[in-house]
Amino acid sequence: MPIVIARDLGKNYRVAEKQPGLRGAMRHLFARKYKIVRAVDGVSFEIEPGEMVAFLGPNGAGKTTTLKMLAGLIYPSNGSCEVLGFTPSDRADAFRRRFSLIMGQKNQLWWDLPAADSFRLHREIYNLPQDQFDRTLGELTELFRVEKLAKQPVRELSLGERMRMELIAALLHRPELLLLDEPTIGLDVVGQGIIQNCLREYNATRGITMLLTSHYMRDVEALCRRVLVINHGRLVYDGALEGITDQFGRVKLLRLQFAGPAPDLSRYGTVTQAVDRAATLQIDRSKASSILSDLLSQHTVTDLSVEDPPLEDAIARIFEQSATPVEAAIAS
Amino acid sequence: MNTLSATPGILAAFRKYLRIFRVSLTERFAYRGDFFLGTFLRFLPMLTTILLWTAVFDGAKESGREELGGYRYREMIAYLLLVHISRMFSSMPGLASGIARDIRDGSLKKYLVQPLDLIGYLISYRAAHKAAYIVTSALPYAVIFGICYRFFDHWPDAITLVAYLISLLLAFVVGFAFEACVGMIGFWLLEVSSVLYIIMTLNYFVSGHMFPIDVLGEPWATFLKLLPTQYLAYFPATVFLGKTTGLDLTHGLIIEAIWAVVLLLLARVLYRTGLRRYSAYGG
Repeated sequence: MPIVIARDLGKNYRVAEKQPGLRGAMRHLFARKYKIVRAVDGVSFEIEPGEMVAFLGPNGAGKTTTLKMLAGLIYPSNGSCEVLGFTPSDRADAFRRRFSLIMGQKNQLWWDLPAADSFRLHREIYNLPQDQFDRTLGELTELFRVEKLAKQPVRELSLGERMRMELIAALLHRPELLLLDEPTIGLDVVGQGIIQNCLREYNATRGITMLLTSHYMRDVEALCRRVLVINHGRLVYDGALEGITDQFGRVKLLRLQFAGPAPDLSRYGTVTQAVDRAATLQIDRSKASSILSDLLSQHTVTDLSVEDPPLEDAIARIFEQSATPVEAAIAS
Repeated sequence: MNTLSATPGILAAFRKYLRIFRVSLTERFAYRGDFFLGTFLRFLPMLTTILLWTAVFDGAKESGREELGGYRYREMIAYLLLVHISRMFSSMPGLASGIARDIRDGSLKKYLVQPLDLIGYLISYRAAHKAAYIVTSALPYAVIFGICYRFFDHWPDAITLVAYLISLLLAFVVGFAFEACVGMIGFWLLEVSSVLYIIMTLNYFVSGHMFPIDVLGEPWATFLKLLPTQYLAYFPATVFLGKTTGLDLTHGLIIEAIWAVVLLLLARVLYRTGLRRYSAYGG
């Protein structure tokens, strides 16, 4: 039975339309014009227990809005969703005890106190029995490798350390569903890697269901088998991560290292980079093998790799192909 | 409200908010510098008010008046000292603006995704701050009142003291609920700083913080005594001074308690209505 069910889920925001400049501001004071923006426009999907699913989409695509509806922060304008068997916007305590929402840009820990104090507070908020709390905290501290940090004031931790503490706090009550909005935002590659490992391991041992949004393809590649691509509020792709490349990636990337200076390769495809003896060439996927044999027979190639172009490129292509935003202006 | 089998009832809820109280207390002591400096500096305005009113009464004496609004010089200074005690319980610095900020920047979500009540949380938090403040400023206040003992006619009797303590505890609740209601405006207005400024400035006068309400004369004095704001500063001070006694005292305490409940309920209604709007228009 799916843990998350979204049926034709939609959310309209009413935003004030302001004219620029002083005159516009004055006019806005007295006669406001609003327009309706469909932030999410009829999205349907199901998520099974234990899945790790990524929400992809450009800024303003509706990822966070969808996540907020699933967490019960905002009411859907149309359609419905069911999470863990509850209607999220009812905000039943029984529901709130079974999931967690983490927003990478917000912190929930007490800034000037050691994380341990915040953890203890969570124990009370969620009414956790002491022995269960101790056990869970022990496991999480070990998994996230933060044994020495729990006694330091949170403000003294690095961003990466703080994020791990946030995750621990969110997992203390052993939620079945974890909603993550940009969990690695602002972190360097090492920091991202640590968070990814922790999440992956936690999913493997606990079977927790995770739904995350991220701008970093690394997060998605490291964690999720399945992606939901959303653009202008509509779901434009729902399937395996690899499927995106198959479906939308028509090119391959050749990285070449020559014995001498790199020759002119423009007749094979697009040269994206040519420095000294190295060159990167983008070629049509269907012609890859013939171009390769041609290259190898005519030049002295010392090193060679064939890659799929960055996933970002394929995703960007999906974004370009999907429709433009739907807006309806109304005056009030 | 939430009577679920997983929640062992009121006792657990009490424990939860007691823990919030304890963590808040810990946090309060984390800012040691600000804490001690703030505690110390709060006594400075006292000195300036005393000097001001000494000058006012000197002027009044020259025109042959010994009393202002029914207060003799010594009573007036005693009143102004006592107002500080009232405000020690009823003032809630940053409560309204904090709620409005939480609404505006989305921090409000922590009360929505966790089994945690905003009003219950904030009142526990404030109680902790007040407790810390009152305990640590007890000594400096004792010193000041010791120095200023000559402004007081007599030490109140036990019953008056008990009534005084009750009026102060209720002042805490009234002050909390009043500011919480003001903060809820943030659900309807994005920018609340000017509204807050006006309300807080007015409050300084109408609560009797600046001078006893009676000084204003009629019909203002009667009108201001109908408002809940008088319980934030004026009422407790007059109880200590023995100016409110007998049936007036009993009535006063009952009405103060009613205001505490009414304002708490109002805060909750505003919160609920505001949340519905918040959830409909986005977070």
